Amino acid sequence: MKRPSVMGVSDGGHEMYRYIAGRMVAILALAFGISVLVFLIIRLIPGDPVIAMLGTQAGNVETIERLRDQLGLNAPLFQQYVIWLGNVMHGDFGYSYGRQRPVLELVRLNFGPTLQLTVAALILSVAFGTLLGTWAAIRHNRAPDTIGMAVALAFMSMPSFWLGLLLILLFAVTWPIFDVVGGTSFKGLVLPAVTLALGTVGFNARFVRSSLLAAQTQKHVLTARAKGLRRPAVFVRHVLRNALLPILTVVGLQLGNLLSGTVVVETVFSRPGLGRLLVDAILSKDYLTIQAVVLIIALIYALFNFLVDLLYPVLDPRIARR
Amino acid sequence: MTNLVSSPSTDSVQGLSPRPSIWSRTRQVFRHRSLLAGTIICCALVLLVVAAPLLTTADPNQQRAMMTFQAPSLEVPMGTDAFGRDMLSRVLFGGRVTMIASLTVVLFGAVFGTVLGLIAGYIGGIPGFAIMRFVDLLLAFPGILLALAITAILGPGLINGVIAISIILVPVYARLVEGATAEVRALPFVQAAVTLGAGPVRIMATHILPNVLSSVIVMTTSWLGVAALWITALGFIGLGVQPPQAEWGAILNDGQAYLTLAWWITFFPGLCLSLFVVSVNLIGDGLRDVLDPTISQ
Repeated sequence: MKRPSVMGVSDGGHEMYRYIAGRMVAILALAFGISVLVFLIIRLIPGDPVIAMLGTQAGNVETIERLRDQLGLNAPLFQQYVIWLGNVMHGDFGYSYGRQRPVLELVRLNFGPTLQLTVAALILSVAFGTLLGTWAAIRHNRAPDTIGMAVALAFMSMPSFWLGLLLILLFAVTWPIFDVVGGTSFKGLVLPAVTLALGTVGFNARFVRSSLLAAQTQKHVLTARAKGLRRPAVFVRHVLRNALLPILTVVGLQLGNLLSGTVVVETVFSRPGLGRLLVDAILSKDYLTIQAVVLIIALIYALFNFLVDLLYPVLDPRIARR
Repeated sequence: MTNLVSSPSTDSVQGLSPRPSIWSRTRQVFRHRSLLAGTIICCALVLLVVAAPLLTTADPNQQRAMMTFQAPSLEVPMGTDAFGRDMLSRVLFGGRVTMIASLTVVLFGAVFGTVLGLIAGYIGGIPGFAIMRFVDLLLAFPGILLALAITAILGPGLINGVIAISIILVPVYARLVEGATAEVRALPFVQAAVTLGAGPVRIMATHILPNVLSSVIVMTTSWLGVAALWITALGFIGLGVQPPQAEWGAILNDGQAYLTLAWWITFFPGLCLSLFVVSVNLIGDGLRDVLDPTISQ
């Protein structure tokens, strides 16, 4: 057993460094695995990937040879991967023949709107999920609990594309409060962000409620009440702080659902973004764009969860000591 | 050790309570409100969809040029679409596709994931390590993203969509079963079976599987709703069921263009889908309480 330390890092900080190093090794291994799987997408397509990629331009023998050379398709698989990875590291994701543009440029153009939408939805989802879950937990087994959980279940069960269409019908057609094709303006962001967030609001609310209920049964909470502390004080200082950690984990996982959820929401609202770019790329067999978008979304997700991991020991110093 | 080997059945082994009878379980089901409500809604929807040929005489794909965009009325209860096709019939027959596809997805995921999880959890070693690291890798792709990548390889279509979503459910099950298997493996009755000379396959099938099955069943009902949402999402963005076949997601895609003109094309299939997912989630929550008290909140 280590000598107990107040701040967790006063112990020479060794455990903290080891924890951070461990997480870094894990994320590097994960990033490597992700890159291999994404690399394999093109190699797993049945038939000649070059012909599939070129589509209508496949008749041009010179283009076919150039692309085959560029992708290193004549080399052994391992060498192909090294070539591909080298290119990707330099920001070269290849050229989209369908759109007549470098893939990197397509990604760059569509990244902003998706980031904006995802962050807005994440904020909405965490804020309302926490409020709804806390309200249900405080009034456990009473009307707010039942109503709150019914609402959460309904949100979780509604397909976002249907919800989005209903919101358009209500708030853009019947009562034209918000814009539908507002692009990246604030008025155009509200409906897509709400649509994207609602599914995860339900999940977050349920999760926050159960974490709070679990934290409430711990002995130090009973002690605090027995000392004569008032309920709100106990709740904020002893219950909420202990429930924060599992909630943080869920926020990390939620980002993934939100990022991949943009695929549907951007389609409903005809918003530019990575999700829509991916769907269009799949429909037009634009494999290099598919590769780039899948790689970028998976890496963002991995990186975000890495950052969440780094936050753990700040909230609970015991974690780094395991 | 002799003491352990001679113990008659798993019921008396410490750590496992005697198995409740089927009757007491059935009573629990009826006492549990959300389970009861979910079962009623789900059965009603399944009945409607199964009895589709009795409820409507219209062909879901028959186009009628004189009947386009009819609002819901006694004659056409859910209206008609841009091609004059009867929406009631499309929603009912489309429901069959959505329900069967989602069920196939979770069953595939459950079977393959459970087998992999059993192997990883019981045999462990290098194969177990390899399986679990691959599982970690697949789980690193968020939500439906991996399914989209697989659809990109296989091409659009219902069967390919089902395959893609099944593949992304496999690691979810594998992780659950691996953890549960490792726990059960350490219990005395498994050690007893090993001492008696039972092989790994026999132990996994007769001793471990029955003890992890309730978690798998709970998981399957919880994921059935998600599977339905993902299958219809693929249909909606045009990567799942291809026209003119009716499927809830694909119908919503049809209706999107005529949202302001004919709300009913969008409203009814979405409502049915939501009810289906709600009912399945209610059943999942209820089953969790009844079958798997350890993970209930």
